[in-house]
Amino acid sequence: MINLTINGKDYPVEAPAGMPLLWVIREQCELTGTKFGCGIAQCGACTVHVDGQAIRSCITPATSVEGKSITTIEGISSEENTLHIVQQAWIEEQTPQCGYCQSGQIMSAVALLNENPTPSDEEIDQAMSGNICRCGMYGRIKSAIKRASAELQASTSNPQL
Amino acid sequence: MKKWTRRAFIGTGILASGALVIGVAIRPGNRSSKVVGLISKEGETVMNIWLKISPDNTVTAIIPHAEMGQGVHTTLAMMLADEMDADWSKVKFMEAPADKEYANYVLAKGFIAGDKTFPKFLEGTIDGVFLTAVKSMNFQITGGSASVRFTGQQGMRIAGAAAKAMLLQAASDTWKVPVEELKAEKSIISHPASNKTASYAELAQAAAQVKAPQQPRLKTPEEFTLMGTSVPRWDIPAKVTGEAKFGMDVIIPNMKYATIKAAPVFGAKVKSVDTTIPDESAGVVKVLNLENAVAVIADGYWQAKSAIDRLKIEFESTENDGKSQDDIFEGYRMAMDKALEEESIEEHFRSGDALTALSGAATIVEAEYQLPFLAHATMEPMNCTAWVHDGKCEIWCGSQNPLGAKAAVAEFLDISPEQVTVHNQLLGGGFGRRSETDVIRQAVAIAKEVDYPVKLIWSREEDTQHDVYREATVSRMKAGLDESGNPVAYSHQFLFKHHPPEAADIPYAVPNQLIQFTSPSSFVPWGNWRSVDHSVHGFLTESFIDELAFAAKKDPLAFRKSLTQDQPRFQKVLDLIREKSNWDSPLPSNWGRGVAIAQSFGSIVAEVAEVEVNVEGKVKVHRVVCVADAGFAIHPDGFKAQMESGIIYGLAAAMTGEITIENGAVAQSNFHDYPVTRMSDAPRIETYIINSGNPPGGAGEPSTPVIAPAVTNAIFKATGVRIRQLPISKTDLRVSIRQTT
Repeated sequence: MINLTINGKDYPVEAPAGMPLLWVIREQCELTGTKFGCGIAQCGACTVHVDGQAIRSCITPATSVEGKSITTIEGISSEENTLHIVQQAWIEEQTPQCGYCQSGQIMSAVALLNENPTPSDEEIDQAMSGNICRCGMYGRIKSAIKRASAELQASTSNPQL
Repeated sequence: MKKWTRRAFIGTGILASGALVIGVAIRPGNRSSKVVGLISKEGETVMNIWLKISPDNTVTAIIPHAEMGQGVHTTLAMMLADEMDADWSKVKFMEAPADKEYANYVLAKGFIAGDKTFPKFLEGTIDGVFLTAVKSMNFQITGGSASVRFTGQQGMRIAGAAAKAMLLQAASDTWKVPVEELKAEKSIISHPASNKTASYAELAQAAAQVKAPQQPRLKTPEEFTLMGTSVPRWDIPAKVTGEAKFGMDVIIPNMKYATIKAAPVFGAKVKSVDTTIPDESAGVVKVLNLENAVAVIADGYWQAKSAIDRLKIEFESTENDGKSQDDIFEGYRMAMDKALEEESIEEHFRSGDALTALSGAATIVEAEYQLPFLAHATMEPMNCTAWVHDGKCEIWCGSQNPLGAKAAVAEFLDISPEQVTVHNQLLGGGFGRRSETDVIRQAVAIAKEVDYPVKLIWSREEDTQHDVYREATVSRMKAGLDESGNPVAYSHQFLFKHHPPEAADIPYAVPNQLIQFTSPSSFVPWGNWRSVDHSVHGFLTESFIDELAFAAKKDPLAFRKSLTQDQPRFQKVLDLIREKSNWDSPLPSNWGRGVAIAQSFGSIVAEVAEVEVNVEGKVKVHRVVCVADAGFAIHPDGFKAQMESGIIYGLAAAMTGEITIENGAVAQSNFHDYPVTRMSDAPRIETYIINSGNPPGGAGEPSTPVIAPAVTNAIFKATGVRIRQLPISKTDLRVSIRQTT
């Protein structure tokens, strides 16, 4: 039994050596927003944050993140019943189609914007190319990241908003 | 076969909750009905419910289609609500359960087995509504880009219009005023002359007593208030919060997890497997021999997967064990030669005398094309949760074909369909793969061995290696031009004909045509792949016509225009794409523009790809301009999104998509060796919609067939290399070794 901190909450879980974080999150913590896509860190559907860094949970042993702060799509917004600025931008741009990859896309986008609030097109391409979208919504994902970036800029330069 | 007919009519009734329901009921009726021959088996009373009005004035549209990202729930509800003049802010939907109350399995089977053609005379009538339901739920399912074209046009709109007519009649009867003096707007009926108003809910019970109109008047486009607007899609908010539930996400109390290892060679059986539970496999509950696969049930997917990877499984050998991709292509070429020699080749289309015209032509152009097998690679790997208990079976999955799934499970377990419940979930990509029932049957085969629910999850590797594939194929094309470069003869021999049946037709005016096909046997399972046969013929036709334009020394876009002069819709699309793509503006060296156009699923789509091929041979598609004659785009932004999606899906296949067979099995396994388009390779896409006043065309598929030829035609323009084999990555385009045609 190990203890994981996910979205600020403690989860005692059974995680034998080598068991990927993905399956602990999905099956034991029942946080199913994080998706299984490939199992070999090729598609990004399983992206979560560990201490703010985007990682692929399908190849990260659960035991290796004990004591660290794990964030999933369910915990990306700081307040309950409100959306993260990136999630809001995703809705504005009507980004998802099937939606299966979108949790991972949003987690990668949030990590990117945390590190680089005003990414160029090339920087977005680079940061997001580990996330596959088979519905091909790359143009809308890029637009949503730019929209979120602009809104982040507006909210920091104009804090009363 | 017992022949009998039914009279179809709108049925109304009041649910216990006080909701008015308007649907279609069908009953045994008089034998002179027009539906003779269409429905020709024992059938039971069917009540197909399309909409209900709740006491709080909410209108609920009941949608018989699965949501896989195409926004179908929103779009179909718009069509119903617009005709009904319902208040959009109070419109909801529910997905019709695959249940006998929504369609009759026996009846549907009779329809499927019999005349598959939708009878023209029933379009736009209430009879048509029912047949549409059957067709949508049992035959056409969620596929064929059909939801808007059939269910929407012939189902939702009519149901909405009929409901409005009944509500107006009810108000007229209640207030004793002529129906012509009434106004329906935002779920309220008013009589301006007397200042009377009533909500739909207040009139619902009276409306239920009104005789339904057989052929309600539909709005003209000028009267639309919702259709043609891009309202926000209902499915999106839950997809950005992680709350959206896909088949993969189902959690049933006491559920366990299973995974499988299927025989790598198609058709092979398990020879031996030790089904005793290995002690060291913590959490493993059961090992099952499923004949064509081995399954492990465990406390979690990872436990099951770890255990199955350690199992020693032997598979029996088959005649296909030694087969490779080269053998398959060679077999295809031999089959083609044989069919031609023995004159067993089947005719697809013939006009004039192509052979004579070829012999008299000034220029002959001849080419052989080759296309690979393609996997679907949906983002969500195949999965299904099943629970067999008390003589019943429940399944949870994302299916394009829930009623087909129900039928397949009933047949597999030898129980009646009424004992099978399908809980359809969101689909993490469909593209045709989720119209199959193989995974569902397999989940049931596992679940019937235990007394708790089991969620079967395929690894990405199993998903890639046990898909149903777009066929690999070889095609031979030959055409003759006269002295002025006009095509006088066109001959094409292709392999395999699935559907739609017209896919190999060409839109071009060539007087003498001979189009033939033969269907060699193949041990690689075939399946519907986004746009189906159009994914093959879009590339063949549009590559070859480009070759003809080059041989005729004509501009490829102008050449296409000159050969479609009798088709005004094509003319408009070609004119607009010339303008929007800046066709006539110069590009840097090593860049090229290529065009392709095709009609499929009721839409005409042209694309121009702007491509750079660098000295190392790397192909970069910078920009794609797409012009679509959509007939009428019900939800323009949704239509555009579907065009974008179809382009990227087709581009992935064109650039690198290739499943190959080695030793009878699929060689690829995951995204590292079956690469797909990523953001860094994705072109900028601009889509322009033409509402031509024709019936709404399909959206989900028609942009896919033309992207591959648009790109290869652009590569030809940039490099002089004509690509006749897909994927493009097979051709070495380095400047140093380029061979031009």
